[in-house]
Amino acid sequence: MEIFGVPTQALFGQLLIGLINGSFYALLSLGLAVIFGLLNIINFAHGAQYMMGAFVAYLLLAKLGLSYWWALLLAPIIVGFTGVIIERTMLKPLYKLDHLYGLLLTFGIALVIQGLFRNEYGSSGQPYSVPPQLSGGRHLGFMFLPNYRAWVVFASLVVCLLTWFVIERTKLGAYLRAATENPTLVQAFGINVPRMITLTYGFGVGLAALAGVMAAPIYQVSPQMGADLIIVVFAVVVIGGMGSIMGSIVTGFGLGLIEGLTKVFYPEASNTVIFVIMVIVLLLRPAGLFGTQK
Amino acid sequence: MAQTHTSAAPAVSNGSNRHQLIVFILMAAFFAIAPAFVYPIFLMKLMCFALFACAFNLLIGYVGLLSFGHAMFLGLAGYVSAHAAKVWGVTPEVAILLGTGCSGLLAVITGYLAIKRQGIYFAMITLALAQMVFFFSLQAPFTGGEDGIQAVPRGRLFGVFDLGTAAGMYPVVLVIFLGGFLLIWRIINSPFGQILKAIRENEPRAVSLGYDTDRYKHVAFILSGTLAGLAGATKSLVFQLASLTDVHWTMSGEVVLMTLLGGMGTLFGPVVGAAVIVSMQNYLAQLGAWVTIVQGLVFVVCVLAFRRGIVGEIANLIRKPL
Repeated sequence: MEIFGVPTQALFGQLLIGLINGSFYALLSLGLAVIFGLLNIINFAHGAQYMMGAFVAYLLLAKLGLSYWWALLLAPIIVGFTGVIIERTMLKPLYKLDHLYGLLLTFGIALVIQGLFRNEYGSSGQPYSVPPQLSGGRHLGFMFLPNYRAWVVFASLVVCLLTWFVIERTKLGAYLRAATENPTLVQAFGINVPRMITLTYGFGVGLAALAGVMAAPIYQVSPQMGADLIIVVFAVVVIGGMGSIMGSIVTGFGLGLIEGLTKVFYPEASNTVIFVIMVIVLLLRPAGLFGTQK
Repeated sequence: MAQTHTSAAPAVSNGSNRHQLIVFILMAAFFAIAPAFVYPIFLMKLMCFALFACAFNLLIGYVGLLSFGHAMFLGLAGYVSAHAAKVWGVTPEVAILLGTGCSGLLAVITGYLAIKRQGIYFAMITLALAQMVFFFSLQAPFTGGEDGIQAVPRGRLFGVFDLGTAAGMYPVVLVIFLGGFLLIWRIINSPFGQILKAIRENEPRAVSLGYDTDRYKHVAFILSGTLAGLAGATKSLVFQLASLTDVHWTMSGEVVLMTLLGGMGTLFGPVVGAAVIVSMQNYLAQLGAWVTIVQGLVFVVCVLAFRRGIVGEIANLIRKPL
């Protein structure tokens, strides 16, 4: 069976990979957007923290024998906690300065984290196997669907929508959005804004770590796994604009799909297609698809 | 980035330029006699990176724009001049001009796109555009992929002077570095430079005074990219090599680090920062990943406790702009 001269297995296979990459783009850009909303900084360490999530999963399994499911729960908490420490000790003094200092600081932190892991584990990847409950796959007639990949797409979608629900539809989210608009006023109402900022950073970092755990069985666990990814995620953020949570999710998944399609029809451009889209969006709608110009 | 610049702001008055002139003469004299004591290739590398950092500083220090993609100008110019010198067999000055020109052209396009957004978006856009240039360099047929362009002939300057030896190449690099430095100095102190500083301090106000700030930012971006290209083109002839290292985002990060460490918005800071970072890489080269860790730590320390940078601190101490 073929569509536009491409075997369906290849087409849907690449679309699935695109959807999986899209899940990671969505989770990571969502974390960036949540952090940016409240802290006004771009977390350059996001890719390194994604990598840490994968490594924590790997270490939990190798050293403590804890399974993938434990890692899914523990890795975001552990890495999120390191994020809390970073926020308390280093980011906090920078809030009164230009936002660019936050970017420079987190870039430095990313270099340190990646360097430390590279020292310890070398540049080559560590294998991490798919959990037994999700191994294998099923034939859908037009393609073979590995269970684990279906799970990643499903789980990320659930996490993304949950995050959207908490921020847009709950009281906690209302505080958060209010603090994004006017932190001083929210603090005057008796809400502990500094603590909220700390926890928000921890949460955003935890999302990155969660993406890392889910990526571990698909890609190899290596110190550099987040470095190039984060640049693509930045482009995703520029395309979507960081103003809207749903916007980040839709843009992330959508761009993953487009990237997958490019791999089928014009593989040479698959590395750059997201950047090309960014250029087009900048030309036509400089504020981003869902953004408002600040 | 108003916080850092309060110390550099009084640089406008005329008397202050004398100290800068003295320091400049000392610096020029140092680079002129240094090859007698220090390995000349190392000095040429230093001057290339110093010019690169000075070009970068023109944007961050004087317009307040943080470009996270300056490696694209360094790298592209390197590829073009290496290709021109090796495959087309042109003389070195033509190769350097071609490389610089291509980076200038790249800066026209990327600058037009990047200035559409401000602040951190500007940084992310430049980073993404540079990544695009990186993948182009990886895949384009003339760049040699992972191998790069090796064994680039230095040729004869104007078809006459042989640049094959370090002694022949050194004066050329020195002239290019000092020329680029003087040009940047001139730009900063020109009326154009004053408007750039006004944009850095308060862009809405500059707009309200009737300046088309986007155009000024675009021109500054082009100047900065072109000069970064000049550094890259020269570097490819010095090392007779153009490789992916120069287009990679780590290089963009390094130039930010050099400028931050030396002092953003100071005239001599980028040169000092480049000297420190290049020497550090030389001494730590055997330690592998430690170089990255140390660089990351320097970043963190600079941002947290040392935002003026080395030269900025000295300038603050002697209360004279440097």
